[in-house]
Amino acid sequence: MAAASNLKNMALCLFGTCLVCSAVLAGVYALTAAPIAETNAALLKASIAKVLPEGGEISEAKALEVGGMPSEYYECVKDGETVAFAVKSTTVGFGGPLTVMVGLLPGGVVYNTSVLAHTETPGLGAKCTTDEHFYGQFRNYDAVNGKLTVKKDGGDLDAITASTITSRAYSLAVKNAVEALAGVPMPISE
Amino acid sequence: MTKFQLITKGLVKDNPTFVLLLGMCPTLATTTSAVNGLSMGLATLFVLVLSNMVISAIAPAVPDKVHIPVYIVVIATFVTVLQFVMQAYTPDVYATLGLFIPLIVVNCIVLGRAEAFASKNGIIDSALDGIGVGLGFTLSLTVIGLVREILGSGSAFGFKFISGDGILAFVMAPGAFLVLGYLMVLFNKIAKKD
Amino acid sequence: MEILLIIVSAIFVNNIVLAQFLGICPFLGVSNKLSTATGMSAAVCFVITLATIVTYLLNNYLLVPLGLEFLQTISFILVIAALVQMVEIVLKKVSPSLYQALGIFLPLITTNCAVLGVAITVVTKEFTFGLPSHMLGLGEAVLYAFATSLGYGLAMVLFSGMREQLSLNDVPKAFKGVPIALVTVSILAMAFMGFSGMV
Repeated sequence: MAAASNLKNMALCLFGTCLVCSAVLAGVYALTAAPIAETNAALLKASIAKVLPEGGEISEAKALEVGGMPSEYYECVKDGETVAFAVKSTTVGFGGPLTVMVGLLPGGVVYNTSVLAHTETPGLGAKCTTDEHFYGQFRNYDAVNGKLTVKKDGGDLDAITASTITSRAYSLAVKNAVEALAGVPMPISE
Repeated sequence: MTKFQLITKGLVKDNPTFVLLLGMCPTLATTTSAVNGLSMGLATLFVLVLSNMVISAIAPAVPDKVHIPVYIVVIATFVTVLQFVMQAYTPDVYATLGLFIPLIVVNCIVLGRAEAFASKNGIIDSALDGIGVGLGFTLSLTVIGLVREILGSGSAFGFKFISGDGILAFVMAPGAFLVLGYLMVLFNKIAKKD
Repeated sequence: MEILLIIVSAIFVNNIVLAQFLGICPFLGVSNKLSTATGMSAAVCFVITLATIVTYLLNNYLLVPLGLEFLQTISFILVIAALVQMVEIVLKKVSPSLYQALGIFLPLITTNCAVLGVAITVVTKEFTFGLPSHMLGLGEAVLYAFATSLGYGLAMVLFSGMREQLSLNDVPKAFKGVPIALVTVSILAMAFMGFSGMV
Protein backbone atom coordinates (compact mmCIF):
# COMPACT_ATOMS: atom_id res chain seq x y z
CA MET A 1 0.00 0.00 0.00
CA ALA A 2 1.14 3.53 0.79
CA ALA A 3 4.86 4.20 0.78
CA ALA A 4 6.54 4.61 4.17
CA SER A 5 6.25 8.04 5.76
CA ASN A 6 9.95 8.73 6.23
CA LEU A 7 11.39 12.15 5.59
CA LYS A 8 13.04 11.21 2.31
CA ASN A 9 9.88 9.72 0.84
CA MET A 10 7.72 12.60 1.96
CA ALA A 11 10.04 15.28 0.64
CA LEU A 12 10.53 13.44 -2.65
CA CYS A 13 6.84 12.87 -3.11
CA LEU A 14 5.80 16.44 -2.36
CA PHE A 15 8.61 17.92 -4.40
CA GLY A 16 7.95 15.58 -7.30
CA THR A 17 4.22 16.34 -7.33
CA CYS A 18 4.83 20.08 -7.24
CA LEU A 19 7.39 19.82 -10.03
CA VAL A 20 5.17 17.75 -12.29
CA CYS A 21 2.12 19.92 -11.60
CA SER A 22 4.01 23.16 -12.23
CA ALA A 23 5.35 21.73 -15.47
CA VAL A 24 1.84 20.70 -16.55
CA LEU A 25 0.51 24.15 -15.70
CA ALA A 26 3.34 25.89 -17.53
CA GLY A 27 2.52 23.77 -20.56
CA VAL A 28 -1.21 24.46 -20.44
CA TYR A 29 -0.51 28.13 -19.82
CA ALA A 30 1.71 28.29 -22.88
CA LEU A 31 -0.96 26.53 -24.94
CA THR A 32 -3.86 28.70 -23.79
CA ALA A 33 -2.07 32.05 -23.54
CA ALA A 34 -2.66 32.85 -27.20
CA PRO A 35 -6.36 31.86 -27.28
CA ILE A 36 -6.96 33.81 -24.04
CA ALA A 37 -5.30 36.91 -25.45
CA GLU A 38 -7.31 36.53 -28.66
CA THR A 39 -10.58 36.11 -26.77
CA ASN A 40 -9.88 39.15 -24.61
CA ALA A 41 -8.92 41.23 -27.62
CA ALA A 42 -12.07 40.14 -29.45
CA LEU A 43 -14.23 40.98 -26.44
CA LEU A 44 -12.64 44.42 -26.11
CA LYS A 45 -13.02 45.07 -29.81
CA ALA A 46 -16.67 44.05 -29.70
CA SER A 47 -17.33 46.36 -26.75
CA ILE A 48 -15.65 49.24 -28.57
CA ALA A 49 -17.40 48.55 -31.86
CA LYS A 50 -20.73 48.62 -30.02
CA VAL A 51 -20.35 52.30 -29.14
CA LEU A 52 -18.90 53.53 -32.44
CA PRO A 53 -20.32 54.14 -35.92
CA GLU A 54 -20.03 51.08 -38.12
CA GLY A 55 -17.25 50.42 -40.55
CA GLY A 56 -14.36 52.24 -38.94
CA GLU A 57 -10.88 50.94 -38.18
CA ILE A 58 -10.23 50.92 -34.43
CA SER A 59 -6.79 52.15 -33.35
CA GLU A 60 -4.52 50.88 -30.60
CA ALA A 61 -5.25 51.96 -27.01
CA LYS A 62 -4.00 55.43 -26.16
CA ALA A 63 -3.44 56.60 -22.60
CA LEU A 64 -5.79 59.26 -21.26
CA GLU A 65 -6.61 60.51 -17.79
CA VAL A 66 -10.36 60.19 -17.23
CA GLY A 67 -11.88 61.63 -14.05
CA GLY A 68 -8.45 61.83 -12.42
CA MET A 69 -7.61 58.20 -13.16
CA PRO A 70 -5.37 56.67 -15.77
CA SER A 71 -7.55 55.14 -18.46
CA GLU A 72 -7.46 54.80 -22.23
CA TYR A 73 -9.24 55.73 -25.42
CA TYR A 74 -9.45 54.41 -28.96
CA GLU A 75 -9.81 56.25 -32.23
CA CYS A 76 -12.12 55.13 -34.97
CA VAL A 77 -10.58 55.89 -38.35
CA LYS A 78 -12.62 55.80 -41.56
CA ASP A 79 -10.99 56.61 -44.92
CA GLY A 80 -7.96 58.10 -43.16
CA GLU A 81 -10.12 60.38 -41.06
CA THR A 82 -10.83 60.11 -37.35
CA VAL A 83 -14.61 59.95 -37.14
CA ALA A 84 -15.17 58.95 -33.53
CA PHE A 85 -13.57 58.05 -30.22
CA ALA A 86 -14.22 55.38 -27.62
CA VAL A 87 -13.25 56.34 -24.06
CA LYS A 88 -13.08 53.92 -21.15
CA SER A 89 -14.38 55.61 -18.02
CA THR A 90 -14.68 54.25 -14.49
CA THR A 91 -16.69 55.70 -11.61
CA VAL A 92 -18.04 54.31 -8.36
CA GLY A 93 -21.57 52.95 -8.44
CA PHE A 94 -23.67 51.48 -5.67
CA GLY A 95 -21.78 48.21 -5.31
CA GLY A 96 -18.30 49.12 -6.56
CA PRO A 97 -16.54 50.24 -9.72
CA LEU A 98 -18.71 50.92 -12.75
CA THR A 99 -16.80 50.92 -16.03
CA VAL A 100 -18.47 52.39 -19.09
CA MET A 101 -17.22 52.53 -22.67
CA VAL A 102 -18.31 55.85 -24.13
CA GLY A 103 -18.38 56.41 -27.88
CA LEU A 104 -18.01 60.08 -28.81
CA LEU A 105 -18.19 61.97 -32.07
CA PRO A 106 -15.90 64.95 -32.59
CA GLY A 107 -17.68 68.03 -31.23
CA GLY A 108 -18.83 66.40 -28.02
CA VAL A 109 -21.83 64.34 -29.15
CA VAL A 110 -22.18 60.97 -27.45
CA TYR A 111 -22.66 58.26 -30.06
CA ASN A 112 -23.46 55.37 -27.74
CA THR A 113 -22.46 53.89 -24.39
CA SER A 114 -22.05 50.40 -23.01
CA VAL A 115 -21.20 48.94 -19.63
CA LEU A 116 -17.93 47.00 -19.53
CA ALA A 117 -17.99 45.93 -15.89
CA HIS A 118 -20.22 46.57 -12.90
CA THR A 119 -21.11 45.18 -9.49
CA GLU A 120 -24.53 46.78 -9.10
CA THR A 121 -27.48 45.14 -7.35
CA PRO A 122 -29.27 42.64 -9.58
CA GLY A 123 -32.71 43.93 -10.53
CA LEU A 124 -31.96 47.48 -9.40
CA GLY A 125 -28.71 49.17 -10.41
CA ALA A 126 -27.82 46.29 -12.72
CA LYS A 127 -30.64 47.51 -14.96
CA CYS A 128 -28.19 50.06 -16.33
CA THR A 129 -27.22 47.31 -18.77
CA THR A 130 -30.77 46.32 -19.73
CA ASP A 131 -33.01 49.38 -19.22
CA GLU A 132 -33.34 50.65 -22.77
CA HIS A 133 -35.00 53.87 -21.63
CA PHE A 134 -32.04 54.69 -19.39
CA TYR A 135 -29.04 53.94 -21.52
CA GLY A 136 -30.91 55.01 -24.66
CA GLN A 137 -30.88 58.56 -23.32
CA PHE A 138 -27.16 58.81 -23.95
CA ARG A 139 -27.45 57.89 -27.62
CA ASN A 140 -26.77 60.95 -29.77
CA TYR A 141 -26.71 63.08 -26.65
CA ASP A 142 -25.22 66.53 -27.17
CA ALA A 143 -22.87 66.67 -24.21
CA VAL A 144 -21.65 70.20 -24.89
CA ASN A 145 -25.02 71.92 -24.60
CA GLY A 146 -26.72 69.42 -22.28
CA LYS A 147 -26.44 68.83 -18.56
CA LEU A 148 -25.06 65.37 -18.10
CA THR A 149 -26.59 64.44 -14.78
CA VAL A 150 -29.84 63.04 -13.43
CA LYS A 151 -32.95 65.21 -13.12
CA LYS A 152 -32.75 65.04 -9.33
CA ASP A 153 -29.49 66.98 -9.56
CA GLY A 154 -30.87 69.43 -12.11
CA GLY A 155 -29.74 67.58 -15.22
CA ASP A 156 -31.44 66.17 -18.30
CA LEU A 157 -31.50 62.48 -17.57
CA ASP A 158 -34.15 60.18 -16.14
CA ALA A 159 -32.64 57.95 -13.48
CA ILE A 160 -33.33 54.22 -13.27
CA THR A 161 -36.21 53.73 -10.83
CA ALA A 162 -34.88 53.23 -7.28
CA SER A 163 -31.27 53.37 -8.49
CA THR A 164 -30.27 57.01 -8.38
CA ILE A 165 -26.72 56.25 -7.27
CA THR A 166 -26.08 53.93 -10.22
CA SER A 167 -27.64 56.44 -12.60
CA ARG A 168 -25.48 59.21 -11.18
CA ALA A 169 -22.37 57.08 -11.51
CA TYR A 170 -23.24 56.23 -15.12
CA SER A 171 -23.86 59.85 -16.02
CA LEU A 172 -20.67 60.91 -14.29
CA ALA A 173 -18.72 58.28 -16.22
CA VAL A 174 -20.05 59.69 -19.50
CA LYS A 175 -19.41 63.25 -18.35
CA ASN A 176 -15.83 62.44 -17.31
CA ALA A 177 -15.23 60.81 -20.68
CA VAL A 178 -16.50 63.89 -22.53
CA GLU A 179 -14.40 66.22 -20.41
CA ALA A 180 -11.28 64.08 -20.68
CA LEU A 181 -11.56 63.89 -24.44
CA ALA A 182 -12.06 67.66 -24.68
CA GLY A 183 -8.49 68.00 -23.43
CA VAL A 184 -7.08 65.85 -26.24
CA PRO A 185 -5.83 67.80 -29.26
CA MET A 186 -8.13 66.80 -32.12
CA PRO A 187 -6.65 65.54 -35.34
CA ILE A 188 -7.44 68.24 -37.89
CA SER A 189 -10.00 67.13 -40.40
CA GLU A 190 -11.17 68.81 -43.63
CA MET B 1 -21.66 -1.54 -5.64
CA THR B 2 -22.21 -1.86 -9.35
CA LYS B 3 -20.92 0.61 -11.90
CA PHE B 4 -24.44 1.85 -12.44
CA GLN B 5 -24.92 2.52 -8.73
CA LEU B 6 -21.65 4.46 -8.66
CA ILE B 7 -23.09 6.91 -11.14
CA THR B 8 -26.61 7.21 -9.74
CA LYS B 9 -25.96 7.28 -6.01
CA GLY B 10 -24.95 10.96 -6.12
CA LEU B 11 -28.30 11.97 -7.57
CA VAL B 12 -30.46 11.10 -4.58
CA LYS B 13 -29.07 8.77 -1.94
CA ASP B 14 -25.71 10.47 -1.41
CA ASN B 15 -26.60 13.80 -2.97
CA PRO B 16 -23.64 16.03 -2.11
CA THR B 17 -25.74 19.14 -1.57
CA PHE B 18 -28.96 18.03 0.06
CA VAL B 19 -27.76 14.97 1.99
CA LEU B 20 -24.04 15.41 2.62
CA LEU B 21 -24.18 19.22 2.85
CA LEU B 22 -20.88 19.64 1.02
CA GLY B 23 -19.73 22.50 -1.18
CA MET B 24 -22.18 24.99 0.27
CA CYS B 25 -20.30 28.11 -0.85
CA PRO B 26 -20.58 27.67 -4.62
CA THR B 27 -24.05 26.22 -4.13
CA LEU B 28 -25.25 29.46 -2.61
CA ALA B 29 -23.13 31.94 -4.51
CA THR B 30 -23.41 30.82 -8.12
CA THR B 31 -27.04 29.74 -8.34
CA THR B 32 -28.48 33.12 -9.31
CA SER B 33 -29.87 31.45 -12.44
CA ALA B 34 -30.31 27.92 -13.74
CA VAL B 35 -27.60 28.35 -16.35
CA ASN B 36 -25.10 29.69 -13.81
CA GLY B 37 -25.81 26.77 -11.48
CA LEU B 38 -25.43 24.34 -14.36
CA SER B 39 -22.08 25.79 -15.45
CA MET B 40 -20.71 25.74 -11.91
CA GLY B 41 -21.84 22.12 -11.55
CA LEU B 42 -20.17 21.10 -14.80
CA ALA B 43 -16.95 22.94 -13.89
CA THR B 44 -16.83 21.03 -10.60
CA LEU B 45 -17.64 17.78 -12.40
CA PHE B 46 -14.66 18.30 -14.70
CA VAL B 47 -12.25 18.80 -11.82
CA LEU B 48 -13.79 16.00 -9.79
CA VAL B 49 -13.47 13.34 -12.51
CA LEU B 50 -9.91 14.20 -13.50
CA SER B 51 -8.57 14.64 -9.98
CA ASN B 52 -10.27 11.42 -8.88
CA MET B 53 -8.58 9.51 -11.70
CA VAL B 54 -5.11 10.92 -11.10
CA ILE B 55 -5.34 10.52 -7.35
CA SER B 56 -6.48 6.95 -7.61
CA ALA B 57 -3.47 6.30 -9.87
CA ILE B 58 -0.86 7.90 -7.62
CA ALA B 59 -2.34 7.06 -4.21
CA PRO B 60 -0.27 3.87 -3.65
CA ALA B 61 2.97 5.83 -4.06
CA VAL B 62 2.07 8.67 -1.71
CA PRO B 63 3.29 8.49 1.89
CA ASP B 64 0.43 8.78 4.38
CA LYS B 65 1.59 11.90 6.16
CA VAL B 66 1.73 14.07 3.06
CA HIS B 67 -1.27 12.71 1.21
CA ILE B 68 -3.47 15.77 1.82
CA PRO B 69 -0.99 18.33 0.42
CA VAL B 70 -0.29 16.10 -2.57
CA TYR B 71 -4.00 15.70 -3.32
CA ILE B 72 -4.56 19.43 -2.97
CA VAL B 73 -1.74 20.15 -5.41
CA VAL B 74 -3.25 17.74 -7.93
CA ILE B 75 -6.69 19.29 -7.52
CA ALA B 76 -5.29 22.83 -7.77
CA THR B 77 -3.55 21.88 -11.01
CA PHE B 78 -6.79 20.78 -12.64
CA VAL B 79 -8.59 23.83 -11.33
CA THR B 80 -5.98 26.10 -12.89
CA VAL B 81 -6.19 24.20 -16.18
CA LEU B 82 -9.94 24.71 -16.06
CA GLN B 83 -9.43 28.42 -15.41
CA PHE B 84 -7.28 28.81 -18.51
CA VAL B 85 -9.60 26.82 -20.73
CA MET B 86 -12.63 28.78 -19.55
CA GLN B 87 -10.86 32.12 -20.00
CA ALA B 88 -9.99 31.16 -23.53
CA TYR B 89 -13.23 29.64 -24.75
CA THR B 90 -16.09 30.66 -22.41
CA PRO B 91 -15.06 34.09 -21.09
CA ASP B 92 -18.68 35.04 -20.25
CA VAL B 93 -19.17 32.06 -17.98
CA TYR B 94 -15.77 32.64 -16.43
CA ALA B 95 -16.65 36.27 -15.68
CA THR B 96 -19.97 35.28 -14.09
CA LEU B 97 -18.60 32.53 -11.86
CA GLY B 98 -15.49 34.58 -11.09
CA LEU B 99 -13.84 33.80 -7.79
CA PHE B 100 -15.71 30.53 -7.38
CA ILE B 101 -13.76 28.81 -10.14
CA PRO B 102 -10.40 28.96 -8.30
CA LEU B 103 -12.28 28.14 -5.11
CA ILE B 104 -13.17 24.69 -6.47
CA VAL B 105 -9.77 23.81 -4.95
CA VAL B 106 -11.22 24.08 -1.47
CA ASN B 107 -14.62 22.61 -2.35
CA CYS B 108 -14.98 19.89 0.26
CA ILE B 109 -16.64 17.61 -2.30
CA VAL B 110 -13.49 17.27 -4.39
CA LEU B 111 -11.06 16.64 -1.56
CA GLY B 112 -13.69 14.54 0.19
CA ARG B 113 -14.09 12.15 -2.76
CA ALA B 114 -10.30 11.96 -3.15
CA GLU B 115 -9.93 10.95 0.47
CA ALA B 116 -12.95 8.71 0.83
CA PHE B 117 -13.08 7.03 -2.54
CA ALA B 118 -10.36 7.66 -5.10
CA SER B 119 -7.44 6.85 -2.80
CA LYS B 120 -8.86 3.39 -2.16
CA ASN B 121 -10.32 2.41 -5.53
CA GLY B 122 -9.28 1.80 -9.12
CA ILE B 123 -9.08 4.43 -11.82
CA ILE B 124 -12.28 3.48 -13.65
CA ASP B 125 -14.36 3.25 -10.50
CA SER B 126 -12.94 6.58 -9.31
CA ALA B 127 -13.84 8.22 -12.60
CA LEU B 128 -17.39 6.86 -12.37
CA ASP B 129 -17.62 8.01 -8.77
CA GLY B 130 -16.50 11.47 -9.88
CA ILE B 131 -19.11 11.52 -12.62
CA GLY B 132 -21.83 10.35 -10.21
CA VAL B 133 -21.09 12.83 -7.46
CA GLY B 134 -20.46 15.59 -10.02
CA LEU B 135 -23.80 14.94 -11.68
CA GLY B 136 -25.55 15.02 -8.32
CA PHE B 137 -23.91 18.35 -7.57
CA THR B 138 -24.76 19.70 -11.01
CA LEU B 139 -28.38 18.61 -10.68
CA SER B 140 -28.77 20.24 -7.25
CA LEU B 141 -27.19 23.49 -8.41
CA THR B 142 -29.35 23.62 -11.52
CA VAL B 143 -32.51 23.02 -9.50
CA ILE B 144 -31.62 25.69 -6.94
CA GLY B 145 -30.67 28.06 -9.75
CA LEU B 146 -33.92 27.34 -11.57
CA VAL B 147 -36.06 28.00 -8.50
CA ARG B 148 -34.21 31.23 -7.75
CA GLU B 149 -34.42 32.34 -11.37
CA ILE B 150 -38.15 31.63 -11.63
CA LEU B 151 -38.94 33.47 -8.41
CA GLY B 152 -36.32 36.17 -8.68
CA SER B 153 -36.24 37.11 -12.36
CA GLY B 154 -39.40 35.50 -13.73
CA SER B 155 -37.50 33.44 -16.25
CA ALA B 156 -36.28 29.88 -16.68
CA PHE B 157 -32.95 29.08 -18.36
CA GLY B 158 -32.94 32.65 -19.64
CA PHE B 159 -36.43 32.53 -21.19
CA LYS B 160 -38.54 35.21 -19.63
CA PHE B 161 -42.16 34.28 -19.01
CA ILE B 162 -43.40 37.30 -17.09
CA SER B 163 -42.85 40.91 -17.95
CA GLY B 164 -41.22 43.07 -15.31
CA ASP B 165 -39.15 41.89 -12.39
CA GLY B 166 -39.53 38.93 -10.11
CA ILE B 167 -39.07 38.96 -6.37
CA LEU B 168 -35.60 40.46 -6.27
CA ALA B 169 -34.67 39.08 -2.87
CA PHE B 170 -34.42 35.61 -4.40
CA VAL B 171 -31.58 36.64 -6.68
CA MET B 172 -29.75 38.18 -3.74
CA ALA B 173 -28.13 36.59 -0.70
CA PRO B 174 -31.20 36.00 1.51
CA GLY B 175 -32.98 34.16 -1.30
CA ALA B 176 -30.04 31.81 -1.73
CA PHE B 177 -30.20 30.65 1.89
CA LEU B 178 -33.98 30.51 1.90
CA VAL B 179 -34.33 28.46 -1.30
CA LEU B 180 -31.61 26.03 -0.25
CA GLY B 181 -33.25 25.62 3.16
CA TYR B 182 -36.71 24.93 1.76
CA LEU B 183 -35.44 22.64 -0.99
CA MET B 184 -33.62 20.67 1.69
CA VAL B 185 -36.87 20.30 3.60
CA LEU B 186 -38.60 19.13 0.45
CA PHE B 187 -35.77 16.69 -0.23
CA ASN B 188 -35.97 15.36 3.33
CA LYS B 189 -39.71 14.85 2.96
CA ILE B 190 -39.53 13.06 -0.37
CA ALA B 191 -36.24 11.21 -0.47
CA LYS B 192 -35.81 10.10 3.10
CA LYS B 193 -39.31 8.75 3.55
CA ASP B 194 -38.58 5.21 2.43
CA MET C 1 -11.36 58.02 6.44
CA GLU C 2 -10.28 55.32 4.04
CA ILE C 3 -9.41 53.04 6.95
CA LEU C 4 -12.89 53.46 8.34
CA LEU C 5 -14.40 52.74 4.92
CA ILE C 6 -12.42 49.53 4.56
CA ILE C 7 -13.48 48.34 7.99
CA VAL C 8 -17.18 49.14 7.62
CA SER C 9 -17.27 47.77 4.09
CA ALA C 10 -15.55 44.50 4.98
CA ILE C 11 -17.46 43.82 8.20
CA PHE C 12 -20.99 44.96 7.37
CA VAL C 13 -21.58 45.88 3.75
CA ASN C 14 -19.77 42.99 2.10
CA ASN C 15 -19.95 40.56 4.97
CA ILE C 16 -17.96 37.54 3.91
CA VAL C 17 -20.57 34.97 4.95
CA LEU C 18 -23.85 36.76 4.43
CA ALA C 19 -23.04 38.67 1.24
CA GLN C 20 -20.11 36.87 -0.36
CA PHE C 21 -20.97 33.27 0.55
CA LEU C 22 -17.48 32.32 1.67
CA GLY C 23 -16.68 29.95 4.50
CA ILE C 24 -20.22 28.58 4.72
CA CYS C 25 -19.27 24.99 5.57
CA PRO C 26 -17.64 25.77 8.93
CA PHE C 27 -20.23 28.49 9.42
CA LEU C 28 -22.97 25.88 9.42
CA GLY C 29 -20.81 23.17 10.91
CA VAL C 30 -19.51 24.66 14.13
CA SER C 31 -22.08 27.32 14.93
CA ASN C 32 -24.11 25.09 17.22
CA LYS C 33 -22.58 26.51 20.35
CA LEU C 34 -21.42 30.02 21.10
CA SER C 35 -18.12 28.86 22.62
CA THR C 36 -17.02 26.80 19.61
CA ALA C 37 -18.16 29.56 17.27
CA THR C 38 -15.96 32.05 19.10
CA GLY C 39 -12.99 29.69 18.98
CA MET C 40 -13.41 29.02 15.28
CA SER C 41 -13.77 32.74 14.54
CA ALA C 42 -10.57 33.55 16.40
CA ALA C 43 -8.66 30.83 14.54
CA VAL C 44 -10.04 31.98 11.17
CA CYS C 45 -9.22 35.58 11.98
CA PHE C 46 -5.63 34.66 12.78
CA VAL C 47 -5.13 32.51 9.69
CA ILE C 48 -6.85 34.83 7.20
CA THR C 49 -4.74 37.80 8.27
CA LEU C 50 -1.49 35.85 8.27
CA ALA C 51 -2.26 34.05 5.00
CA THR C 52 -3.14 37.30 3.27
CA ILE C 53 0.16 38.90 4.28
CA VAL C 54 2.16 35.93 3.01
CA THR C 55 0.23 35.39 -0.23
CA TYR C 56 0.23 39.11 -0.99
CA LEU C 57 4.02 39.25 -0.68
CA LEU C 58 4.40 35.99 -2.58
CA ASN C 59 2.22 37.23 -5.40
CA ASN C 60 3.61 40.73 -5.80
CA TYR C 61 7.29 40.04 -5.16
CA LEU C 62 7.72 36.57 -6.62
CA LEU C 63 4.96 35.42 -8.95
CA VAL C 64 4.29 38.68 -10.79
CA PRO C 65 7.95 39.72 -11.35
CA LEU C 66 8.77 36.22 -12.60
CA GLY C 67 5.67 36.03 -14.79
CA LEU C 68 4.40 32.99 -12.91
CA GLU C 69 0.86 34.20 -12.25
CA PHE C 70 -0.44 30.92 -13.57
CA LEU C 71 0.80 29.28 -10.37
CA GLN C 72 -1.36 31.58 -8.24
CA THR C 73 -4.07 29.15 -7.16
CA ILE C 74 -1.73 26.25 -6.56
CA SER C 75 0.90 28.23 -4.66
CA PHE C 76 -1.68 30.06 -2.55
CA ILE C 77 -3.34 26.87 -1.37
CA LEU C 78 0.05 25.32 -0.59
CA VAL C 79 1.08 28.39 1.39
CA ILE C 80 -2.18 28.29 3.32
CA ALA C 81 -1.86 24.58 4.04
CA ALA C 82 1.74 25.01 5.19
CA LEU C 83 0.86 28.07 7.23
CA VAL C 84 -1.92 26.30 9.06
CA GLN C 85 0.47 23.47 9.91
CA MET C 86 3.08 25.91 11.14
CA VAL C 87 0.63 27.87 13.22
CA GLU C 88 -0.47 24.62 14.78
CA ILE C 89 3.09 23.59 15.66
CA VAL C 90 4.13 27.02 16.94
CA LEU C 91 0.97 27.44 18.96
CA LYS C 92 1.45 24.04 20.56
CA LYS C 93 4.94 25.06 21.73
CA VAL C 94 4.39 28.70 22.62
CA SER C 95 0.94 28.81 24.09
CA PRO C 96 -0.56 25.45 25.01
CA SER C 97 -3.66 27.10 26.44
CA LEU C 98 -4.39 28.94 23.20
CA TYR C 99 -3.67 25.74 21.33
CA GLN C 100 -6.22 23.96 23.46
CA ALA C 101 -8.79 26.57 22.57
CA LEU C 102 -8.08 26.86 18.84
CA GLY C 103 -6.24 23.64 18.05
CA ILE C 104 -9.15 21.51 16.96
CA PHE C 105 -10.31 24.14 14.49
CA LEU C 106 -6.98 24.65 12.78
CA PRO C 107 -6.96 21.57 10.51
CA LEU C 108 -10.42 22.54 9.26
CA ILE C 109 -9.22 25.93 8.11
CA THR C 110 -7.11 24.74 5.17
CA THR C 111 -10.27 23.88 3.29
CA ASN C 112 -12.17 26.93 4.50
CA CYS C 113 -12.77 28.78 1.28
CA ALA C 114 -12.84 32.11 3.12
CA VAL C 115 -9.05 32.00 3.50
CA LEU C 116 -8.25 31.27 -0.14
CA GLY C 117 -11.11 33.52 -1.22
CA VAL C 118 -9.77 36.56 0.61
CA ALA C 119 -6.19 35.84 -0.51
CA ILE C 120 -7.22 35.71 -4.18
CA THR C 121 -9.62 38.66 -3.96
CA VAL C 122 -6.98 40.91 -2.43
CA VAL C 123 -4.49 40.42 -5.27
CA THR C 124 -6.90 40.32 -8.20
CA LYS C 125 -9.74 42.71 -7.53
CA GLU C 126 -9.81 46.48 -7.71
CA PHE C 127 -11.39 48.19 -4.76
CA THR C 128 -13.03 51.56 -4.40
CA PHE C 129 -12.72 52.81 -0.87
CA GLY C 130 -13.48 56.33 -1.94
CA LEU C 131 -12.31 57.24 -5.42
CA PRO C 132 -10.51 56.07 -7.49
CA SER C 133 -10.63 52.29 -7.78
CA HIS C 134 -7.22 50.71 -7.32
CA MET C 135 -5.34 47.57 -6.37
CA LEU C 136 -4.77 47.30 -2.63
CA GLY C 137 -1.41 48.11 -1.07
CA LEU C 138 0.01 45.77 1.58
CA GLY C 139 -1.30 47.83 4.49
CA GLU C 140 -4.78 48.05 3.03
CA ALA C 141 -4.73 44.38 2.13
CA VAL C 142 -3.89 43.37 5.68
CA LEU C 143 -6.52 45.69 7.10
CA TYR C 144 -9.09 44.39 4.63
CA ALA C 145 -8.27 40.78 5.49
CA PHE C 146 -8.43 41.46 9.21
CA ALA C 147 -11.71 43.37 8.96
CA THR C 148 -13.19 40.66 6.74
CA SER C 149 -12.35 38.02 9.28
CA LEU C 150 -13.91 40.19 11.99
CA GLY C 151 -17.03 40.18 9.83
CA TYR C 152 -16.79 36.41 9.75
CA GLY C 153 -16.59 36.36 13.52
CA LEU C 154 -19.53 38.71 13.85
CA ALA C 155 -21.77 36.60 11.61
CA MET C 156 -20.63 33.44 13.35
CA VAL C 157 -21.22 34.69 16.88
CA LEU C 158 -24.59 36.26 16.03
CA PHE C 159 -25.72 33.11 14.31
CA SER C 160 -24.54 30.70 16.99
CA GLY C 161 -26.43 32.74 19.57
CA MET C 162 -29.57 32.30 17.51
CA ARG C 163 -28.95 28.62 17.00
CA GLU C 164 -28.58 28.03 20.72
CA GLN C 165 -32.04 29.50 21.15
CA LEU C 166 -33.34 27.63 18.16
CA SER C 167 -32.28 24.26 19.53
CA LEU C 168 -34.65 24.76 22.47
CA ASN C 169 -37.59 25.29 20.16
CA ASP C 170 -39.84 22.72 18.65
CA VAL C 171 -39.40 22.89 14.88
CA PRO C 172 -41.13 20.61 12.34
CA LYS C 173 -39.22 17.38 11.83
CA ALA C 174 -38.24 18.01 8.22
CA PHE C 175 -36.80 21.40 9.20
CA LYS C 176 -34.61 20.07 12.03
CA GLY C 177 -30.92 20.82 11.82
CA VAL C 178 -29.53 22.53 8.76
CA PRO C 179 -32.76 23.55 6.95
CA ILE C 180 -34.04 25.72 9.79
CA ALA C 181 -30.52 27.09 10.19
CA LEU C 182 -30.49 28.13 6.55
CA VAL C 183 -33.85 29.84 6.88
CA THR C 184 -32.48 31.70 9.90
CA VAL C 185 -29.34 32.75 8.00
CA SER C 186 -31.60 33.99 5.24
CA ILE C 187 -33.26 36.41 7.64
CA LEU C 188 -29.88 37.43 9.04
CA ALA C 189 -28.64 38.06 5.49
CA MET C 190 -31.70 40.17 4.84
CA ALA C 191 -30.87 42.27 7.88
CA PHE C 192 -27.31 42.73 6.63
CA MET C 193 -28.62 43.85 3.24
CA GLY C 194 -29.70 47.02 4.99
CA PHE C 195 -26.02 47.98 5.03
CA SER C 196 -25.58 47.69 1.27
CA GLY C 197 -24.68 50.87 -0.52
CA MET C 198 -23.41 52.48 2.65
CA VAL C 199 -19.83 52.57 1.38
